[in-house]
Amino acid sequence: MDLQGFGAQLAAGTWVTVQLAIVSMACAVILGLLGASAKTAGPAPVRALGTLYTGTVRGLPELLVILLVYFGAANAINAVASMLGYTGYIALSPFMAGVIALAFNYGAYMTEVFRGALATIPAGHREAGLALGMGRARIFRRIVLPQVWRVALPASGNIFLSLIKDTALVSVIGLEDLMRETSVAVGYSKEPFTFYVAAAFIYLGLTALTTLAIHWLERRTTHGMRTLAG
Amino acid sequence: MNWQVMIESLPALAEGALLTLELVAVSGVLGLVLAVPMAMARVSPRGWVKALPMAHIYFFRGTPLLVQIYLVYYGSGQFEAIRTSFLWPYLSEAYWCAIIAFTLNTSAYTAEILRGALQSVPRGEVEAAEAVGMTPALIWRRIRLPRAFRIALPAYSNEVILMLKGSALASTITLMDLTGVARTIIARTYTPMELFLAAGLLYVLLTFMILGGFRLLEKRLNRHLQPR
Repeated sequence: MDLQGFGAQLAAGTWVTVQLAIVSMACAVILGLLGASAKTAGPAPVRALGTLYTGTVRGLPELLVILLVYFGAANAINAVASMLGYTGYIALSPFMAGVIALAFNYGAYMTEVFRGALATIPAGHREAGLALGMGRARIFRRIVLPQVWRVALPASGNIFLSLIKDTALVSVIGLEDLMRETSVAVGYSKEPFTFYVAAAFIYLGLTALTTLAIHWLERRTTHGMRTLAG
Repeated sequence: MNWQVMIESLPALAEGALLTLELVAVSGVLGLVLAVPMAMARVSPRGWVKALPMAHIYFFRGTPLLVQIYLVYYGSGQFEAIRTSFLWPYLSEAYWCAIIAFTLNTSAYTAEILRGALQSVPRGEVEAAEAVGMTPALIWRRIRLPRAFRIALPAYSNEVILMLKGSALASTITLMDLTGVARTIIARTYTPMELFLAAGLLYVLLTFMILGGFRLLEKRLNRHLQPR
């Protein structure tokens, strides 16, 4: 395939895509843990808030959330800033807006994943931790989290794969990711098919690598576990 | 919050929602038609029968929908042969490009759902059909496919919801779907929060409508299981 010297640009875009995917996923995991804790152990109003969050966000198109955050959140931030007496204008970079939107969106999916995984931890494990005199935070870190992680991994892998593909949407608000760089190359070369196929195969490569990594992690976390397969 | 703008744009948004529904319905039906033979080929024991649907499924599930839309909409114009063919009146129109991209995309996901369902049709039911002397074609039509559809229905409803959300990408190739209408009005009135929230509400409404429709369908298809 002749990329007409745009190879370096596509590589740079791919790097931005990878960064966006990893940062957004990390934030979605944290949001998911918070959401799952809120939905399982929080007081009633917090629980209702969690249900509202997962219920509505999963019904909204990802593109709409990205546009809403990029155009809407900037307004909201500036409204708050001007109320606090700040007179300048705070702009939200496409990368930041992308991270916020994707984390907000996929945090809802991760909340459900972690909620299911948390339910698999027997209450006796927590009680054992309490009996040993561990604090709540330590029980969570030492006993709950390592087990939740194992249960949640396969579903989280699927979610990460769709997140990688959805990073392409952030190009719509101007992030110079793989998709955007490809469009730029198309503008110069007038060869849309060539370049979009190239982009498609780079995305395929990213998802294939991710799948390998997930399998490796799954093998590692289930190391020494008894399985049905023996 | 500017409620005035929100209320005034409702008729236009509703029209956009209609186009969104149309896109989902047309590509959903076409995608299903394409997915059935693909799923049937996928469960074949012969490698060469499986290869083509597997490549299709791998490509369309492994790449972003946005890339697929651009590939159809912008990519098809690169070839002189396509521009002079009978296909060009369709491929030069955003509407048909969106339909083609959505159809190919959803057919890949649906084929995988159907494959899983076909594989979980109880072996004994197929053997029973063989025992009463049904031909393979008849077994497909009377036993395997109808059973698989019922098994696949809950997972398929998820796929339709994902398709509804994916259809928002039609707005990136100038279509006036729900998101497209919202973006157009925002460009004129500079009220992003109001319009995107209104559009979001309509999407959630559509989601509930689709889920309700599937619940009815599920009840109807499984009515032989209802207690009498």
